[in-house]
Amino acid sequence: MPQNEYIERFQKQHGRRLDYEERVRKRTARESHKVSKDSQHLTGLRAKLYQKKRHHEKIQMKKRIRQTEESNVKSSGPSEPSSTPLPQYLLDRSQPTNAKALSSAIKNKRNEKAAKFSVPLPKVKGISEEEMFKVVKTGKKTAKKGWKRMITKPTFVGPDFTRRPVKYERFIRPMGLRYKKAHVTHPELKVTVQLPIISVKKNPQNPMYTQLGVLTKGTIIEVNVSELGMVTAGGKVVWGRWAQVTNNPEMDGCLNAVLLV
Amino acid sequence: MATVLPPPSKRQRTAVAEKAKEQQEIESIPNNLGSIRVQFVDQGTGQSSGAPVSIPVADATARNLELLLNTLQRNDPSERIPYRFTYHADPSDLSKAVDISNDLYHSLLKPGLKTTEDSITLQYTPQAVFRVRAVSRCSSSIPGHGEAILATSFSPRSSSKLATGSGDSTARIFDCDTGTPLHTLKGHTSWVLVVSWSPDDSTVATGSMDNTVRLWDPKTGEALGTPLKGHSKWVTSLAWEPYHLQTPGRPRLASSSKDSTVRIWDVVSKRIESVLSGHKGSVSCVRWGGTGRIYTSSHDKSVKVWDANKGTLIHTLSSHAHWVNHLALSTDFVLRTAYHDHTGETPETQEGRIKKARERFEKAATINNEIVERLVTASDDFTIFLWEPSSSTKPLARLMGHQKQVNYVTFSPDGLHIASAGWDNHVKLWNARDGKFIATLRGHVGPVYMTCFSPDSRLLVSGSKDCTLKVWDVRTGKLKEDLPGHKDEVYAVDWSPDGTKVGSGGKDKAVRIWCH
Repeated sequence: MPQNEYIERFQKQHGRRLDYEERVRKRTARESHKVSKDSQHLTGLRAKLYQKKRHHEKIQMKKRIRQTEESNVKSSGPSEPSSTPLPQYLLDRSQPTNAKALSSAIKNKRNEKAAKFSVPLPKVKGISEEEMFKVVKTGKKTAKKGWKRMITKPTFVGPDFTRRPVKYERFIRPMGLRYKKAHVTHPELKVTVQLPIISVKKNPQNPMYTQLGVLTKGTIIEVNVSELGMVTAGGKVVWGRWAQVTNNPEMDGCLNAVLLV
Repeated sequence: MATVLPPPSKRQRTAVAEKAKEQQEIESIPNNLGSIRVQFVDQGTGQSSGAPVSIPVADATARNLELLLNTLQRNDPSERIPYRFTYHADPSDLSKAVDISNDLYHSLLKPGLKTTEDSITLQYTPQAVFRVRAVSRCSSSIPGHGEAILATSFSPRSSSKLATGSGDSTARIFDCDTGTPLHTLKGHTSWVLVVSWSPDDSTVATGSMDNTVRLWDPKTGEALGTPLKGHSKWVTSLAWEPYHLQTPGRPRLASSSKDSTVRIWDVVSKRIESVLSGHKGSVSCVRWGGTGRIYTSSHDKSVKVWDANKGTLIHTLSSHAHWVNHLALSTDFVLRTAYHDHTGETPETQEGRIKKARERFEKAATINNEIVERLVTASDDFTIFLWEPSSSTKPLARLMGHQKQVNYVTFSPDGLHIASAGWDNHVKLWNARDGKFIATLRGHVGPVYMTCFSPDSRLLVSGSKDCTLKVWDVRTGKLKEDLPGHKDEVYAVDWSPDGTKVGSGGKDKAVRIWCH
């Protein structure tokens, strides 16, 4: 271990090499070549460490680019800072994307009768029972009877769910395919928030799947929106709101949904 | 089979017993304490009402004291004045004052401030002789505006006319008796942010996002001349010159703007009289005091006091650590209503009106025989400061307790309470004398944008982002009425100066009139 700042001391006493600036310039100029070579040719643990470092660097770089882009935006000073009229005291405040627009939009929509039952995904592809259930054949007795089923799709079970005794459990909902939260998008605000699921309201495939809490594309779920701070006309906080699953969770490994407006 | 409730647990039982005991204690005054000598002194003038009176402690409740004082004052039994009693331990130190809330025993004797041996000097303040009933229903919901309503204001004369400013770049005047729109004031090219009635009810001024101020005749709905141009950013607040200071026939108007200036306009000639520049940020609020001062608060963290006639800076009050959002004067209500009082009688002559306006102002502003205007400012630093700019540039008190930005602050018309509201969903009540905390009014589930006292200072209405208005009882700090009905955020609320109606408007584009 160096005991003192001996390099700095030397540089102060004797100065740098005469070609120091030149060498630095060349080194920085060739840096990208070195990076490229390393990332292509390193193998094993070194490659792993190297890629990890690069990954972090890239994240930082992207963040910085985004920051500078935001600060570079030259606004032409619009006379109206937002499209919706705001009172004087709200004008200079950065409005958090409020979920308030939600509730009013919802209310306006509800007034139209036809819109009452319309959902973003009106039709879904049917799923056959063979695809949904796997017959469990392990064990002596079950193999013989063949009545035990494993659900191959993601499910939602309530927070206080306990499995039934093995003898009576007809449908197994695997732990690995259970979901508690959904990424819910608000269609008008275009914001996505992760919200806890409260219940499964309707699975379009089969009423039994609704009971089992199966999450497939097009399923209507109820999500906890209390974080968004929405209120009813009576001034109460809204906490449950329906959403429809828009992706195939069994293929994607996550649950995306769109709030029903 | 009916469900049988389980018997209460031990904890519940002890809690109930404790509560019952507490309530028992509050009610009872021991009746073996004899009597106490009380001297009544007028808080405004400092004059005593006569010789000290000896009162039995067991009967010395606030109500009985009120009755006694009315008799001493030889007031007509049919028009008894309600009084509020305060005990000052040290006349020079206002912070040690004690209000007699229920009776003398619990306010003074039990805490050990005084004994029955002492003679007590009680200061009395008359309260409003009229009583405003809490609004409880929506009498009309008037559509008409095409965009959100950003400002509402009742005419100072009565509750029959309400002016609103909206995002559809018009202002409207409504007839509240019939619930119909009266006039549409078209002319602005952008949102109308502020509406203000002149104290004599003859003009409505509107300030807008298009950087202009316009004047309107509320009777015909016609524009009074050309717009007042001069600001380079939008207008944030308007203040009329108090009626008793106006040169007859030549009222003036102050407008504050985002461009960090305040302009004083001659309303008749439509000219800029002076420009108060000195703030470094957007001026959020302007008030014209009854002693010829103009008070401005700004986003540059300072509050400035200006001389209205010379247009010069007198003081800079800087204690806030963030934007100052709003400011209120202890005399706001009398300055707004000038010579219009609850009796509805207006003097015939101009001199009479000015005299009455001056009298009302002096009555409201007099504390200990001095005319004192107090100022309260709300800020983004979560605190409120109480100032007395005439005596000191240091704040009288720092009112802490809000957990988020404070957006709105207002004095009660009798100048005894301060109500503040902000983003932390609460309304807080403070004592205006010393800035002591009184109560938190909880109930809203969204930020509270605006509050307004009833003219008798006994009730408070608050409008919030959670689509409701709530009426609170100031004395008890309890919710009096919950008024749901708006379909979206409530941006503006105003209580009419005669107390019968509340007007509110918000994002749902409908003006609602509430009454008892």
